[in-house]
Amino acid sequence: MAEIVPLDQAVRELVSDGDTVALEGFTHLIPHAAGHELIRQGRRRLTLVRMTPDVVYDQLIGMGCAQKLVFSWGGNPGVGSLHRFRDAVEHDWPAPLELEEHSHAGMAAGYAAGASNFPFGLVRGYEGTGLAERTNVGWVACPFTGERLAAVPAIRPDVGVIHAQQADARGNVQLWGISGVQKEVVLGAKRSIVTVEEIVEELDEKPGSTQLPAWTVTAVCECPGGAHPSYSHGYYDRDNAFYVSWDGISRDRASFLAWMQSHVLDTADVAEYHRSLSESEATPV
Amino acid sequence: MTPVESYTADEMMAVAAARRLRDGAVCFVGIGLPSRAANLARATHAPNCVLIYESGAIGAKPSRLPLSIGDGELAETADTVVSVPEIFSYWLQGGRIDVGFLGAAQIDRFGNLNSTVIGEYEQPKVRLPGAGGAPEIASWCKETFVMVRQTPRAFVERLDFLTSLGRPQGRRGGVGVTYVVTDLGVLEPDAESGELTMTALYPDVTPEEAREATGWKLRLADELRPVQPPSAEELEALRALKPANEETVAR
Repeated sequence: MAEIVPLDQAVRELVSDGDTVALEGFTHLIPHAAGHELIRQGRRRLTLVRMTPDVVYDQLIGMGCAQKLVFSWGGNPGVGSLHRFRDAVEHDWPAPLELEEHSHAGMAAGYAAGASNFPFGLVRGYEGTGLAERTNVGWVACPFTGERLAAVPAIRPDVGVIHAQQADARGNVQLWGISGVQKEVVLGAKRSIVTVEEIVEELDEKPGSTQLPAWTVTAVCECPGGAHPSYSHGYYDRDNAFYVSWDGISRDRASFLAWMQSHVLDTADVAEYHRSLSESEATPV
Repeated sequence: MTPVESYTADEMMAVAAARRLRDGAVCFVGIGLPSRAANLARATHAPNCVLIYESGAIGAKPSRLPLSIGDGELAETADTVVSVPEIFSYWLQGGRIDVGFLGAAQIDRFGNLNSTVIGEYEQPKVRLPGAGGAPEIASWCKETFVMVRQTPRAFVERLDFLTSLGRPQGRRGGVGVTYVVTDLGVLEPDAESGELTMTALYPDVTPEEAREATGWKLRLADELRPVQPPSAEELEALRALKPANEETVAR
């Protein structure tokens, strides 16, 4: 049954160095506050799993939390490169980063298999591509037609982390809008952390939108604004300006580290993070 | 259509790609040039074009060009929103998409694409974002359009990594790449060999320019189709498609 706890406590109790951790959210509902807490607590040697390791994993990789990345598309959407990810792969800074890469369909099939407790998922796009040689993939024959299909391993992280709009006092989680693989990563994980915009006494329930009943979740943490610069449908929009500005902040190691120091390491939680951002906007450098 | 005086190469690209989309086509759209072209088609001759974004937004009708494939406006204007496992299984690999729209860092003469690495995989010169939806889009949409600016670095004899197939024959999906739109003109596969052949050049582009911009020995069709420059109506519709982050960029 879900426990309602502060985010720092959930991260301390549920995530250990060396764990396989998946922070999910496909453009929408990306759990940035949880990523920041992993950085503040100095987690190391993590295997990070995520379809689109955008700004949130650029930060974790650049701060030295990751040993391995399992992913399908690593860019800053609509903007360009993830400079910290590239620096790690191209120059081993701050540490070498082992890669296991798939297509989106492959990752989605792996998550669905994890949630279903199947050993693998099936996909039809790998044959004949370079992925077939480079990634963790096997081949199976359809028992009915003999068709050859690619098998991708089930994704069963130690900890699955998502953000959602609401939970009630018991920890039932309601989310709506673009739902990504939010449900699959929580159901497939050994332990889970769900950060939410707000915890309400009773959900104003939209039938079918309680995606995760309380008994499927380990910890629920109230984190208003916890998806920023991603968005929470119905609460705030995607901060496209931030994604554009991240290109400049992250291009250079020193400016990246300075930004992480002022807005993550020197802040205690998501409220202080937002305060530090609005203060730095008020006083341009 | 009224011809106009001044337009950019990127605008010509968007217009050339948009014209090829038929009204009612179900189209899987990536961010950047493809999203611009597909939305232009929807704003002009193809109002019933169904735009599908990989975030799960089906039938999205954005009023501004989204910065990401999952901007909130896509979900708000969509006919329906489905999960990511569903979009890639029921919809894409389920064979329900007419046209896939891809970009890439490198393309070879058979329409194979690279969006993974430049250089050696283990020690890449440039680490690119990776496959994303491309392998299944290229194999399972009924046909695939590609938009790439034509340079010898992009149009290569040999890809550094094969991310998605140009001609996925025998795999029960689509026919692969049928239309490549560049900033110089259009390439289409030869009916027999499948080799990409320049079939159209934009106004004022010479065959020599196209050859020099290509890293393999480029074949040109015996009769190159003329391409009309963007009409005033097309340019007006294209320029009205403001990026969602425009205020930001201008700041």
